[in-house]
Amino acid sequence: MIELYPFIIEAIQIVIVLLFAPLFVGWVRMLKCWFQGRTSAGLFQPYRGILKLFHKDVILAENASWLFRFTPYLVFGVTVLAGGIIPIISLTLPFATVADVIAIVALFAIVRFFTALAGMDIGTAFGGMGSSREMMIGSLAEPAMLMAIFTVSLISQTTSLSNMADVVIHKEFILRPSMAFALLAFVLISLAETGRIPVDNPATHLELTMIHEAMILEYSGRHLALIEWAGMIKLFLFTTIGIASFFPWGISTSVNLINISAGIIFLILKMGFLGIGLILIETGLAKMRIFRVPEFLGSAFLLSTLGMLSYFILE
Amino acid sequence: MSINLAAQVNSIMAALILLTSFGLLVQRRMYGLLHLFAWQGLFLSISTAIVGYVSGSHHLYISSILTLALKVILIPYILHFLMKQLHIHKEVEQLVNVPTIMLIGIALVIFSYYLTAPIRELSTLVTRSTLAVALATVMLGLLMMITRRHAVTQIIGFLALENGLFFAATSATYGMPLVVELGVALDILIAAFIFGIFFFQIRTTFDSLDVEQMTKLKEED
Repeated sequence: MIELYPFIIEAIQIVIVLLFAPLFVGWVRMLKCWFQGRTSAGLFQPYRGILKLFHKDVILAENASWLFRFTPYLVFGVTVLAGGIIPIISLTLPFATVADVIAIVALFAIVRFFTALAGMDIGTAFGGMGSSREMMIGSLAEPAMLMAIFTVSLISQTTSLSNMADVVIHKEFILRPSMAFALLAFVLISLAETGRIPVDNPATHLELTMIHEAMILEYSGRHLALIEWAGMIKLFLFTTIGIASFFPWGISTSVNLINISAGIIFLILKMGFLGIGLILIETGLAKMRIFRVPEFLGSAFLLSTLGMLSYFILE
Repeated sequence: MSINLAAQVNSIMAALILLTSFGLLVQRRMYGLLHLFAWQGLFLSISTAIVGYVSGSHHLYISSILTLALKVILIPYILHFLMKQLHIHKEVEQLVNVPTIMLIGIALVIFSYYLTAPIRELSTLVTRSTLAVALATVMLGLLMMITRRHAVTQIIGFLALENGLFFAATSATYGMPLVVELGVALDILIAAFIFGIFFFQIRTTFDSLDVEQMTKLKEED
């Protein structure tokens, strides 16, 4: 059996994160087109969009500071770093031992913080509006996210995602109400964090409703390409965090080549199904008013707290 | 089905009952409330059947079927009929400060967990851990009656409270004697009819089902 060095697995994983993220977004957009009875632009349209943006010139506002120019690189770099920590194809990642799930949440917080700063840097009204909305959502989503993750880590007694997945794979399967609650909460939080439909619409530039698009309105060229790519990776990573904590079966636990390949195939299958689930949620719901978002995320917090409580009460 | 698996399914049902209680607490639409109440009844009925299976006491099957007939079909149907007659089935109730209500609800769950912890130590039943959920359901029903102003929602809160009591009885003691359960079921049914009459009376007097209007009833000085 061919065994791979952990660092090669890490490299494979990062390449997968970079390449599969636009593919997943393409799949989601394609499904959405089908559900709405439109013709889709194809599975590879996100790649073409990113390539096109890389070929265009960057146009900077006159009063843009270093922060504005620095943010796209930081956002992209930090997001890819998070992609190196999450066990996507294998549990034996060298990076996974460095940082746990709290660090991953913190990495996403850094991304959010710098995007919000860059949104305000130029001084346009839309940028500031988008930043303030994004921070409101962040302040509500992050505690709920941590609570949901803590509920899962109560069962495995660790906060490292790799160890959590390992425990779920190897322990005897038990019906756990706490896991169900945490999963529900995690779905709600992921929708908010990745800017999907009930909270934000990724496909529109309508002034009054946009959140994430408002912050990055002033970006162009390769800066915009990096930020959009990072956004796609973020969606991909939230899906893989969900897989690693709730459905880790199939992720390779050893370093040999066959298991890793099986891990990749399982990943593609799971992502395919989760894309369908995401689109069912998105086409079933309408975008809610911004003032309903605290209620939405409040119920996510409630669900994750109930999950934690039911761990103590019922298990 | 092994006893262990039955206990697991029972705790899932308990979790779902708790979830529907919270759903009732924050649901604004009348139809939504009715559906949630019917779901809660269904989970309660399944849970009762499971407890009956675990303990081998067959009268629990009868009370499970009774719950199914009364709380999932008959009472929601009566309430639905009343809502149609009163033209409130599309009404949306104003609810203030939903996050605070949710936080109070969470505090009540923790409180009932601490309250039932000693009983949990004494009991030897497989289903003893659901007692805290049952008490929490009672308290959440009470909270719903306090925070809502609409007469129909208060009644649904009361019925949810009764669900909690029934759940406590099955999970803590494997059910009351069948005679008592039949009596309670009949009481609930009669209560549903009396509530209906009251709704019409309240509406003809005040032109609304908002119980805030009843503050007008005090004497002028």
